[in-house]
Amino acid sequence: MALLLSSISQGLLWAIMAIGVYLTFRILNVADLTAEGSFPLGAAVSTSLIVTGVAPWLSVLIALLGGMAAGLISGLLYTKWKIPALLSGIITMTGLYSINLRIMGQANISLLGEGTLIRTVESFGLNKTNAVLLVGSIAVGLVILALHMFFHTEVGLAIRSTGDNNEMSEANGIRTNVMKVIGYMLSNGLIAMSGALLAQNNGYADISMGIGTIVIGLASIIIGEVFFRNLSIAKRLMTVVLGSVIYRLLILIVLQMNVNPQDLKVFSAILLALALRLPAVQNRLSKPKSKVKSTKMINKKGGALSWLQR
Amino acid sequence: MATALELKNIHKTFEAGSVNENHVLKGIDFTVNEGDFITVIGGNGAGKSTFLNSIAGSFPVDEGQILLGGSDITKESAYKRASHISRVFQDSKLGTASRLSIEENLAIAWKRGKKRGLGRGICKKDREVYRDELKKLGLGLEDRLKMDVGLLSGGQRQALTLLMAALVTPKLLLLDEHTAALDPKTSQMVLDLTDQIIKEKKLTALMITHNMEQAIHYGNRLIMMNNGRIVVDVSGKEKENLTVPDLLNLFKKNSGSDVSEDALLLA
Repeated sequence: MALLLSSISQGLLWAIMAIGVYLTFRILNVADLTAEGSFPLGAAVSTSLIVTGVAPWLSVLIALLGGMAAGLISGLLYTKWKIPALLSGIITMTGLYSINLRIMGQANISLLGEGTLIRTVESFGLNKTNAVLLVGSIAVGLVILALHMFFHTEVGLAIRSTGDNNEMSEANGIRTNVMKVIGYMLSNGLIAMSGALLAQNNGYADISMGIGTIVIGLASIIIGEVFFRNLSIAKRLMTVVLGSVIYRLLILIVLQMNVNPQDLKVFSAILLALALRLPAVQNRLSKPKSKVKSTKMINKKGGALSWLQR
Repeated sequence: MATALELKNIHKTFEAGSVNENHVLKGIDFTVNEGDFITVIGGNGAGKSTFLNSIAGSFPVDEGQILLGGSDITKESAYKRASHISRVFQDSKLGTASRLSIEENLAIAWKRGKKRGLGRGICKKDREVYRDELKKLGLGLEDRLKMDVGLLSGGQRQALTLLMAALVTPKLLLLDEHTAALDPKTSQMVLDLTDQIIKEKKLTALMITHNMEQAIHYGNRLIMMNNGRIVVDVSGKEKENLTVPDLLNLFKKNSGSDVSEDALLLA
């Protein structure tokens, strides 16, 4: 039970990052690796601000803005300079490493004795896990609500149609490049926000905490999609949250088996590989007689890996 | 009759300077009157699609001028021109977004040429408009507003695309072999629908087709392209009395080359 509660609370905070990855990966249909830099950026901004006395909640908002700036850069590199999406992300992520170090001034910042959102809630008489649960649920709830509303506005629809069918969107007078940049900014803003919340949860920020972010994000998305497909936007985002929680649970189970934390990234990598393979296996099992058709179906839906082939 | 579109000496070369250099449009001079429904035919590589794409602004032309309703749009980008020019492509998947619902697709088209803000993408009043428009198709789509477009058949998607293209009345409608990928029966349905919509909304339209019979049957004017030039241009009474052999003779006379009917039909 403690394990489950712990994975739910951690999963909620990580889910915001996974939702951010979802915006580029599934809605815009591009792979954006900026996540690996914007996640620690959020942590760096938030912790450095808290240490200088800024209110924790405000530091999260500023981290969000910082992430959006990172997304803006990747988005412009991709749309204006026509650099392939994978490379644009890598460029920004590499640059952000130095910027994050500059922001923190050192390789890590401890929040020992500082106020955080989690500790504020704890002071109301909740234990740590429940406090994280509360903060996480509120944050995730707000994010999903905001995105649900946003993606049903005129601009939101335009962003979705751009990711779905660029040519058709252009033919309907949508400024597709602008839509992509907005998507990138929202995505990285959320990823940075998640980084800020997790740094406050862990009590420190570390320059290397971004390594593997994209793997965790993608794994959460794919795990969620294993259970449900073809849902409305808000429900799809909820499956990402579910995927994120399940991912945390799996990681905690692995840790319980006395695995050295150093070896965790290998498990993350294997987990993502398995999660990416799963939809294909699922399709084969559900339609054992028409093998050819089932692979066609996967390709039609974009497939788990279609973005890598761009 | 007012002029809807005017092309002056349009040239387009792809991959200029390379071994693959391809001079596709070789000086197109062409005037479209308002309310014209023009069918465009020509063999493979004649430049029909490039001709349409240059009007739509898919790429900049190398030389010449494009005037739409009197204003110069030569340097405008595709998305800007989209506020006046709507298109239907050959591939039914290209004209609609498959993971958006029918009403969401219509909402995208409803905002063509207008600013998109943070207002609700679809409000109740719009939905009534969409339902009325969909009823005209007679495909029962009006009862499936929330259905993902990806679940529709090719013919249904193409009919929807057509509806979207005419939802906000365009100054010009471009149809690029929009029935070529459909089976004969569906193709006929979409063509009749095209004719109906064009007449009803009094649209000015250019329709590429690979079928001479269709080119003769539909529209009030017919042009035939060959090797980057317009070689046949008939309209009015002459067009009405046109037959396939007439057309082949005209082509032979004007282009100086022979063409087998098959090559045109299959192109």
